[in-house]
Amino acid sequence: MTEPEVEDKHERLAKSAVEKSTRRDWFFMAGVAVNVAAGLLMAIPLVGFVFSSFSDRKDPRAWISLGSIDNYAEDTTRLATYRNPFTRPWDGQTADIPCWVRRLKGNQFQVFAINCTHLGCPVRWFQESGLFLCPCHGGAYYEDGARAAGPPPRGLFEYNYKVENNELWVKGGQMPTLANPV
Amino acid sequence: MNTLKRIAVWLDDRLHLTALWASSAGHEVPASSGSWWYVFGSATLLCFVIQVISGACLAFVYIPSTNEAYTSLQYLNHVQFWGWYLRGIHYWGSNFMVAFMSAHMIQVFLFGAYKYPRELTWLSGLFLLLCTLGMAFTGQVMRWDQDAYWGLSIGAAILGRIPLIGGGLVHLVLAGPIIAGETLSRFFTLHVFIIPGLIIAIVGMHLRLVLAKGINEYPRPGHRVRRATYDAEYAEIIRKEGVPFVPQAIDKDLIFSAVTLVLILLFALIVGPKGPHGEPNPTLVDASPRPDFYFLSLFAALALLPDWMETFVMFLGPALAILILIALPFVANTGEKSASRRPAAVLWVILAVLTIVTLAWFGLTSPWSPHMTAWSGDPIPAVYLKGRTPLEMHGALVFQNKQCRNCHALGGVGGERGPALDAVATRLTAPEMVRQVIQGGGNMPAYGKKLTPAEVSALVAFMQTLRPQATPPSQNSAPPENKLPRDVAQILAPTAPSGKHRP
Repeated sequence: MTEPEVEDKHERLAKSAVEKSTRRDWFFMAGVAVNVAAGLLMAIPLVGFVFSSFSDRKDPRAWISLGSIDNYAEDTTRLATYRNPFTRPWDGQTADIPCWVRRLKGNQFQVFAINCTHLGCPVRWFQESGLFLCPCHGGAYYEDGARAAGPPPRGLFEYNYKVENNELWVKGGQMPTLANPV
Repeated sequence: MNTLKRIAVWLDDRLHLTALWASSAGHEVPASSGSWWYVFGSATLLCFVIQVISGACLAFVYIPSTNEAYTSLQYLNHVQFWGWYLRGIHYWGSNFMVAFMSAHMIQVFLFGAYKYPRELTWLSGLFLLLCTLGMAFTGQVMRWDQDAYWGLSIGAAILGRIPLIGGGLVHLVLAGPIIAGETLSRFFTLHVFIIPGLIIAIVGMHLRLVLAKGINEYPRPGHRVRRATYDAEYAEIIRKEGVPFVPQAIDKDLIFSAVTLVLILLFALIVGPKGPHGEPNPTLVDASPRPDFYFLSLFAALALLPDWMETFVMFLGPALAILILIALPFVANTGEKSASRRPAAVLWVILAVLTIVTLAWFGLTSPWSPHMTAWSGDPIPAVYLKGRTPLEMHGALVFQNKQCRNCHALGGVGGERGPALDAVATRLTAPEMVRQVIQGGGNMPAYGKKLTPAEVSALVAFMQTLRPQATPPSQNSAPPENKLPRDVAQILAPTAPSGKHRP
């Protein structure tokens, strides 16, 4: 075997390798592309499912009855509870939501969310001092819901309410936060 | 060659076990790394394994449904054979895991192990820390009780402060507009599938990097890391004093891990599992939610921060801390490793530990929270009532009935939100007391609408008697910003300070 022959063989091998790899490359790229496309098809329902809260923007709130207004004496504040309208059959007692109802005179009400505006803990009503106090970070509110002391950035969240046929209704259904006040 | 040996050789030929051993358990480490300081990483991994095993057992019985989770926890505690014990192991395993992970992180930081060429080992460890804190929070939700419910409420309220996307995020995390059925399912999925999966993957990477880049040698003061020379130096250390990890450097890990396991079993046996406390019924509003200890310091910070900086600190604080920890191995990539030559690093650790422990202590005692039952439950010390006039006695009643006691202690009992009032008469004159009660201020609500003039008179008369024996009441001691002009104060003053002698 002479030298040039060897070189020739190497060249041929190299050439065929290049040719082969071009076809293989094409298949490889096609394979990647098909998988990316299929992966995207898979991702659409996954992302849509998990992040549905961003696409499903309809208002979750509904009018809820808190019973006859005769349950609420004038000039007093008391706890009322309702069944959350956004509910699942397996919610259990978690879907019972409390709120503070203050009846001023006649059909004049104030209905406060239970959640402290600071960080969402349940505020408690103290009749004698006329204050709502929060057990978590010591927020305090006056009886009309205005901020009295402590870290809360604003007064208590207040539900929209209406009185129809001697019945008190509030519009609720979402957890009140600074981003979604009642 | 006997038969057994032939089988062993055949298996090794097919499974490449010797090669696997040589490149993993038997790999060479610096003899100096076989130190008691190096045991926290393996102890953390042991805790994780305990968590996976005990968690899988609990999942045989636990029902991730808001309607039944609480009942299934009670069943685990009281009916299921050794259910309470496994819950205890899972709870104490999580405590030990967070504790040892913190110790591991501090050790790695103080020993400069994050420096060249182990930057990514540090980063993967940082992500493991975040994942573990994620496990801690979601695990607290699994204990579906009052604390879990209101803990979620706090989490949602924090998210609700993020501008623009806050509302959407709240709905995403709660899996709906409010804490309900799907919320618990979501946190169960995170706690049982997603975060553990991430942890297993990142632990794999973490260990792979420990093998690939070698465990950090015990740092020597004065020996500086240089990118150009370190790899050769490390190879030299391994050549000179390298020993196989198993069996020559694993001894202390083995002993410490066994002690850890026994401690977890003992704590589970003696102290038992945590909760569940209180049904997850939001209408039971006399809840006083407190997070598990890992989040107590955060909980305390949110009470103590000034209002104006709260939202910034809430989001920028953790983001900044994480960014600093990510940047650390790149900024401090070379130089001294030994803690004895890095005083600033030691100070940072002391500062961080003191801050977290102090805040956690405040979180535990929560002096900022009113004592909700102090007004009806705490007695007034008899010495404050003896020999008092009817007006002063009436004032003491007003003091209790109007719930002043919930924030102000007398005789060391009562709320700590406001100052203790045992010697208030030496600080405030009667007119100043009237102003403070009626107008509030300095973080005290105004009681002008809730107290009649007669009640104010009685209350102030009582408070004027609150001073040490033979100490006269304040004539004019308050700081200027609390002062009313003299004439206004005189108009408001219902009584002159009583000159009565203390018993």
